[in-house]
Amino acid sequence: MFVLVVGGGKVGVNVTRTLLGDRHEVVLVEQDPDRYELLDEELEHRAILGDGTETFVLEQAGIRRPPDIVVAVTGDDEDNLVVSQLAREAYGVPKVIARVNDPRNQAHFDLLGISPTVSATSMVMALIQHEVPEHELVHLLELRKENLEIVEVEIGSQSPAAGRRVEQLSLPETARLISVMRDGKAEVAVGSTELRAGDQVLAVLEPGSEEALRELLLS
Amino acid sequence: MKGLVVGCGRVGSSVAKKLQKAGWDVAIVDESEEALMRLGQDWPGEFHVGHGMDIAVLEQAGIQDADAVVVATDGDNTNIVVAQVAKRRYGVPSVAVRILDPARASFYEDRDLYVVSPTRAAIESLASWALDGARR
Repeated sequence: MFVLVVGGGKVGVNVTRTLLGDRHEVVLVEQDPDRYELLDEELEHRAILGDGTETFVLEQAGIRRPPDIVVAVTGDDEDNLVVSQLAREAYGVPKVIARVNDPRNQAHFDLLGISPTVSATSMVMALIQHEVPEHELVHLLELRKENLEIVEVEIGSQSPAAGRRVEQLSLPETARLISVMRDGKAEVAVGSTELRAGDQVLAVLEPGSEEALRELLLS
Repeated sequence: MKGLVVGCGRVGSSVAKKLQKAGWDVAIVDESEEALMRLGQDWPGEFHVGHGMDIAVLEQAGIQDADAVVVATDGDNTNIVVAQVAKRRYGVPSVAVRILDPARASFYEDRDLYVVSPTRAAIESLASWALDGARR
């Protein structure tokens, strides 16, 4: 596989190193001359010095071949957006992964159809929610391509679902329960699984059905 | 008419003043408060401090009601993103964007944006002046 990585910060370098270790062909673009010197030596001349949003730099890095995947992981979201757009739309790169530094910019990536994206901040926030839930319904994972998401819900003591079996619940068409965790032990949720207050339930659902699920399991 | 100018440098501030003189309501967004100085003491329009990619700032400046948006910060990529957000998220009828890099300028030209590339204009005019000179 041929991978083009734009941005030689911690993320870019570690991705490059790992891919090289797996014997893939990688070119890394870095625009800071001092940083570039350092990287080029370590990576045995697989680094290119330049602004990865300049087309001649991308071309020097081999974008015309094109790469199997472009990874845009600079510290600037606007740069990652433009690299991704150029790669996909100007050079026909089949796959692009972009880093979102400021989660507020996620909407721009979505608007411009740049997917998948990776945001360390959002992932840490999701983990914080998971570890110290503040809301009763926690988003664990978004499967954008499949248009599904996985959420975690704690069955409330007033929940209409407490004391009932999964098959007795009128779940919306667009949601299914995956597993039930009680006293630290998880089981796959089947029709006969009985829910109790305090259970941690994982569910897979289409975005937009959270409210129905919330009513059924929480209120 | 309502105009929104993002980036209050030499270009943005002058565009804003021209629109305002023509009787438009003008709002400006710039990261630095000092940029307000470029507009003169008696700037009658709105001035919002913040980054052009920040949706909260754009909405505060009224992007949803703007008839025209002019994007001219000193960052090409910021301009490219903000212009597309204005066009595609808010459906602003006219969006003009300054892109210094001629390569990016031609790539983004075909997307319903009015692209102005001062660098490209300079290249074309200098080259044709020189070529004409050779014939003179």
